[in-house]
Amino acid sequence: MREKFLSLSTVGVPLDRTNVDTDAIIPARYLKTIKRTGLGEGLFFAWRYDMDGKERPDFPLNRPEYQGGEVLVAGENFGCGSSREHAVWALMDFGFRAVIAPSFSDIFHNNCLKNGMLPVTLPAADVRSMMDALLAAPGGKVQVDLEGQTVTGPNGEIHAFGVASFAKTCLLEGLDEIALTLTSAAEIDRYERERKKATPWLFLDLAG
Amino acid sequence: MPTLFEKIRDRHVVTRRGDDVLLYIDRQLIHEVTSPQAFAGLEAAGRSVRRPGAMLAVPDHNVPTTPDRSVRIEDRGSRDQIQALRENALGAGIALFDIDDPRQGIVHIIGPESGLVQPGITVVCGDSHTGTLGAFGAIAFGIGTSEVEHVLATQALWQKMPLQMRVVVTGTLRPFVTPKDVILAVIAEIGAAGGTGYALEFSGETVRRMSMEGRMTVCNMTIEAGARFGLIAPDAVTFAYLKGRPLAPPPSLWDAAVADWKTLPSDPDASWDREVALDASNLEPHVTWGTSPQDALPVGGVVPDPEKQEDPGERARMRRALEYMALSPGTRMIDIPVDKVFIGSCTNSRIEDLRAAAAVAKGRKVHANVTALVVPGSGLVKRQAEEEGLDRVFLDAGFQWRLPGCSMCLGMNPDKLKPGERCASTSNRNFEGRQGPGGRTHLMSPAMAAAAAVSGRIADVREVAR
Ligand code: SF4
Repeated sequence: MREKFLSLSTVGVPLDRTNVDTDAIIPARYLKTIKRTGLGEGLFFAWRYDMDGKERPDFPLNRPEYQGGEVLVAGENFGCGSSREHAVWALMDFGFRAVIAPSFSDIFHNNCLKNGMLPVTLPAADVRSMMDALLAAPGGKVQVDLEGQTVTGPNGEIHAFGVASFAKTCLLEGLDEIALTLTSAAEIDRYERERKKATPWLFLDLAG
Repeated sequence: MPTLFEKIRDRHVVTRRGDDVLLYIDRQLIHEVTSPQAFAGLEAAGRSVRRPGAMLAVPDHNVPTTPDRSVRIEDRGSRDQIQALRENALGAGIALFDIDDPRQGIVHIIGPESGLVQPGITVVCGDSHTGTLGAFGAIAFGIGTSEVEHVLATQALWQKMPLQMRVVVTGTLRPFVTPKDVILAVIAEIGAAGGTGYALEFSGETVRRMSMEGRMTVCNMTIEAGARFGLIAPDAVTFAYLKGRPLAPPPSLWDAAVADWKTLPSDPDASWDREVALDASNLEPHVTWGTSPQDALPVGGVVPDPEKQEDPGERARMRRALEYMALSPGTRMIDIPVDKVFIGSCTNSRIEDLRAAAAVAKGRKVHANVTALVVPGSGLVKRQAEEEGLDRVFLDAGFQWRLPGCSMCLGMNPDKLKPGERCASTSNRNFEGRQGPGGRTHLMSPAMAAAAAVSGRIADVREVAR
């Protein structure tokens, strides 16, 4: 059910803020859904619209030059706060496939990988120069090559990035991680048999 | 030489893959907002719940806190999520504390209360404040919905191991200075991202002297410093809290369990990737001025000036925070008026918190310009508070006394701020719009929030209570 991540060549959308939290990415009232789709509507809601529901023309997502961009470029500690995976679903539903930032919150980073979205960590100075270029000349292109682990910024500068090899394989092939883990079912069984002897109180049924 | 965290991890390794370990998960707590898609995914793949007996489900995030909630929930989305939780739990044979159950409450409150959170365990929940439970000396962490599904199906999770940070707190807290002030000061010190990639173990005499309630408040907010894990070594306080609780080890296994738990604390020569020390003996009650939990300062302070900040990124962030909060540099914190007061959330809605707030409220009146809410963390906390007469104290003072739930901590139910409203809150996040679109949040302890309620502005509880 996970989408494969291929390479991207797309408009880069600059979001020049640090500590972008998941309440800002998707406000709580949009979490009242039992589905993973349709959340793009609430993405950055309070920043995209004013209190009367009118679009804020200056917000990057509302500017015509950045329309259709699939890479978001943001400041440090992106995705901090709540564990809501809805933040990733909202970004993806809106059309984003990758976020570039100097750092991410741990939970958000994990949530991206589970959904076929690529979090790219680059040094702060590189993110800064990419941000400045995208702000100065809106509509600039960013290329992301997961296979080769490089990002090419709007001025043609190439940055290498790191990604855990297992996560990379899962992204490239769109693998179902639960199915992979279930190949270790025998080891999980064995673990449970042993721990039941060592700490039997942890195997009492909570439902009574 | 291992740390508490490393000892617990080592006994939960099922298998390894490069740097990652497949960590066995002893317990999972489930709530209505982050689980429907997990159960749906499980069903779509034709899988079942591996160990229903290791799970506990409770509706808390979007439940109304008014008595009519058991008759009908107006909001369609909330109703559907609560119904989905009910069906998913019952369908899989998972224990459920449903909306009318006296044990219902905020997931991180009812887990410990029931006794299922114990030293040495791994416990997860689709909620970032799961670190709260690390106060028992457990590896407790928040996960996303895909991981909830993974745990339902496999009872395990692939994890990278975090770095180890020790926070040593020393000194005796002065009157009206609380664990909330300790953790706000720690976050202000290391920053909202300072703990990213780390597990934080809190130690030192100040922490040792805290009750379990206070320890949970400290661990609750480690995520606001960016750390997924907060831990405190188990000791006699922990064991006494657990003894006799319904889901704690039964009498026949109690001694064996305690003997095991005593082996868990970090070895004296354990090595740490980072150490932070805080002398709390002169700590003041803290409040936040901005839109990140790191924006905390002593209540006697003034709103800081972004122009004095050297880092341009931080300067821009501070400017935006002040604009959002409608505050200007140099304003004394105690001159900031509030419209609402919220005493609740998994940070500060346990019995001790309500006692502290009630002690300030007693014999005083909520200011005419303020609406004040007290939302107990669980049905059991509520019952105990009522037995102690705290509900009367609050009601007589003009506070509202509500049913348990997350409530105005995140504004998913009808309890939320209106645009522009300013709130003194005992919760853990002051992000833009967290308590309702356009709402403005100042974080503080329960006693400080009660002092704000009766003063109509942010106040130093030590002045109010004098
Ligand atoms: S009280 Fe607030 S922080 Fe705690 S679980 Fe509920 S919404 Fe999350």
